[in-house]
Amino acid sequence: MAERLPVVVFTLVMAAIPFIPGIPPFWIVLLDNIGLAALVAMGLVLLTGVGGLTSFGQAAFCGFGAYTTAVLTTAYGFSPWLTLPLSLIVSGIAAVALGLITVRLSGHYLPLGTIAWGLGLFYLFSKLEFLGRNDGISGIPPLAIGSFKLIDPAAIYFAIWIAVILCAVLTMNLLDSRTGRAIRALRRGHVAAEAFGVQTPRAKLLVFIYAAVLAGLSGWLYAHFQRAANPTPFGAQAGIEYLFLAVVGGAGYVWGGVLGAAIVVALKEILQGYLPYLFHGEGQLEIIVFGILLVALLQLAPSGAWPWLMARLPLKPSRKRRPDLSLALPRRANVATRGNALLSIDHARKQFGGVIAVNDVSFDVKPREIVALIGPNGAGKSTTFNLITGVLAASDGTISLYGRRIDNAPPQEVTKLGISRTFQHVKLVPDMSVLENVTLGAHLRGTAGALASMFRLDRADEAGLLAEAARQIERVGLTAHMNATAGSLPLGQQRIVEIARALCADPMLLLLDEPAAGLRHMEKQRLASLLRDLRSGGMSVLLVEHDMGFVMDLADRVVVLDFGTRIAEGTPEAIRTNPAVIRAYLGATA
Amino acid sequence: MLFLLQDGITNGAIYALLGLALVLVFAVTRVILIPQGEFVTYGALTYATLSSGHVPGTARLAVAMGIAAFCLDLFMRRRSLHAALVARALAVNILMPVAILASTYWFVGPQNPAFLNIGLSLLIVAAIGLFLYRLAFQPIANASVLVLLIAAVGSHLALQGFGLLFFGAEGQRGPPLWNAAFTIPPLHFSGQSVAVYAVTVVLIVLLWLFFGFTLYGKALRATAVNRLGARLVGIRTTLSGQIAFLLAAVIGAISGILIVPITTLYYDTGFLIGLKGFVAAIIGGLVSYPLTAVAALLVGGVEAFSSFYASNFKEVIVFTLIIPVLLLRSLAAPAVEEEKD
Repeated sequence: MAERLPVVVFTLVMAAIPFIPGIPPFWIVLLDNIGLAALVAMGLVLLTGVGGLTSFGQAAFCGFGAYTTAVLTTAYGFSPWLTLPLSLIVSGIAAVALGLITVRLSGHYLPLGTIAWGLGLFYLFSKLEFLGRNDGISGIPPLAIGSFKLIDPAAIYFAIWIAVILCAVLTMNLLDSRTGRAIRALRRGHVAAEAFGVQTPRAKLLVFIYAAVLAGLSGWLYAHFQRAANPTPFGAQAGIEYLFLAVVGGAGYVWGGVLGAAIVVALKEILQGYLPYLFHGEGQLEIIVFGILLVALLQLAPSGAWPWLMARLPLKPSRKRRPDLSLALPRRANVATRGNALLSIDHARKQFGGVIAVNDVSFDVKPREIVALIGPNGAGKSTTFNLITGVLAASDGTISLYGRRIDNAPPQEVTKLGISRTFQHVKLVPDMSVLENVTLGAHLRGTAGALASMFRLDRADEAGLLAEAARQIERVGLTAHMNATAGSLPLGQQRIVEIARALCADPMLLLLDEPAAGLRHMEKQRLASLLRDLRSGGMSVLLVEHDMGFVMDLADRVVVLDFGTRIAEGTPEAIRTNPAVIRAYLGATA
Repeated sequence: MLFLLQDGITNGAIYALLGLALVLVFAVTRVILIPQGEFVTYGALTYATLSSGHVPGTARLAVAMGIAAFCLDLFMRRRSLHAALVARALAVNILMPVAILASTYWFVGPQNPAFLNIGLSLLIVAAIGLFLYRLAFQPIANASVLVLLIAAVGSHLALQGFGLLFFGAEGQRGPPLWNAAFTIPPLHFSGQSVAVYAVTVVLIVLLWLFFGFTLYGKALRATAVNRLGARLVGIRTTLSGQIAFLLAAVIGAISGILIVPITTLYYDTGFLIGLKGFVAAIIGGLVSYPLTAVAALLVGGVEAFSSFYASNFKEVIVFTLIIPVLLLRSLAAPAVEEEKD
């Protein structure tokens, strides 16, 4: 529980603050506002900083939460506690509706789309009759426990900060789980995540809803804190400001959201309080200084205040995990029988407009066989890999695994059936540890969902996944680097991490795209012996590689592509003397 | 019906200009220029202030930003200072805005011809645009789109605050550029709206010529496509960024000057106008100029019609317009994008 110590200390400090004798009530109000903003910012951390989905519309979700409780308590006399789940549900449903439309947007379209519906909803709030138009709804009852009403800012303070700390813990739990790894992989593009079975649209929608529910909670608290709801705090400007908090604090860190809220809200308050004394109350000076300070802050610490602060902390909380290796995951039933083709590719074809990248290529991979796919640059090797793994759909021809067609299966399905891969350009999540990256490979072998992870009901499942990952890391010989961040390893070792990740999916067929590139001689030899071990363990390997010594030494069979066409196939000895292959590599006269 | 269309086209023309400026800035620098609206209000209100015979605060702001830019220049290059560099920084950052301020003081008067006031306004806003890039964006030119965006929001807040300081909370109107009026039955054209159309068309053609046929225009396009590649062939990407901001500021100021005789502008009106230009830019995908111009006309039209038939929900309709367009766009081109940090 040592890693929870800072949270416990923080909780105690926050709980003690209202009891400090003589603390100005103004400070408590400030802390209330910080807590409200922190909830929204925390959702944005998960959505934007971790998941890579930028949203300007979070203020609108606060609006859903606040207006739900405002309408239900004032017009229908609901108890505020009863409206809490309803507010969260309304925000969540709004998020599903908006998320289904916007999460599919790619690149810059997503943030722009969120600005659009953020503005649209703001104007909707301010025009609808039953929401009180521009005046909003006032006279919202306060929260009450028994007959004790939480009217005083120091009383609702506890409700707000209990919510903040609870949500922070739940969010951290979520991030440190099977679902969390899937979310963290989203930002690096969807290809790698999908190759290990992550349903990326679902994961995106999940974080979107999660962030919206946090915003809805903040809105619900806000409505009972202010005892009124009007459109202004839920407008586009507010939506932009929330994003602001998250970026200033450090968009990739849960506590960055809280810190960002503290910095921005306090800064605004201080500027509003003191600048008029300095400049004799002229205009909106605080907004000018505020704007300038924020630009300056971004230039000093572009990744936010939290990581900047952590880097300067004398005591670095480092996390050393040693998974329990005695746990084992169930293996795939081994259907491999010698002789039948494991993977067969029959006249596979891929056209990009007028370019034929793969032209009627056919070959087989048998069980317990290492097949090398070689050819000059641009021969169509990586495209063939993408066709097999379902990243690209074949224009024509069939690809089947044990007689089962997979040429139109999505990547997640292909992985489930027993093919896993590495990438030519390493696709690891650089700020996750090697262990976590490798565990992502076992995504399909776990079952725990988001809710279970948030409440830590996933630990048994999680321990099994981590143990499997640790075993594969040991197998590839990187145990010493298990807790290092993946981005800190040299490129060659990152490729090895990718192999461990692929092994974690318990494949029948391993697809390796240039695994030996960037490795030193000794490392190559170890890789070769690892692959031989895998073969004798029953696995098949299909690899693309340019290091001919490595390939000829290792492969049982070699398939040669040139300009998308298969020009030769055979044993390494036969390929070495094949005139067509020599022509392709060295030119006609050689 | 026709007058709604006409109204829509007038607004749409302005949105088109702003949309073009936004596309330009985004393509070259990856900054989503939230302060574009401030260029509009600065241009408009500077012009209105000059017309009433006063020196606008924006002229002094330009000098202040210039001084800050000068300090920043010297600080950044502190290890490789030489006389030519200092002289250049001094000329661009100090002498230029001071000269603009001095000529503003020199020329200012209630009887000034409109073109003189317009010229001064454009110079002032152009200088502010240039220095804005230098101060807020050039030091973080390689940061992620998100960080740049947040910096844009920061500068928007600061500039809007300055706007309130300089121009006060009351709205202003400026004198029209052209008082003539025409009637081609059944339509009635004011000279001002004709000026709006003419200037818009001329600017679009000029931009097209600039990007298609000049070396600087081509350099800007090259920067937009690939920053690193552009640097490798000797294009100074910081210069490209400065030019983009300069153009955006001038375009924004022109739009402001064009509309200030038609509608009353407040210090914070620019944000909303800018956002509508934004809607157009987004529909154009932040890449295509002609599409943006067409989309802007569409936005103007939708706005005019919805303000007539459902005035309460005018803004709701305009801003929700984006979503189906975005959806179509991302379905049509499901780009495999990879975030690089």
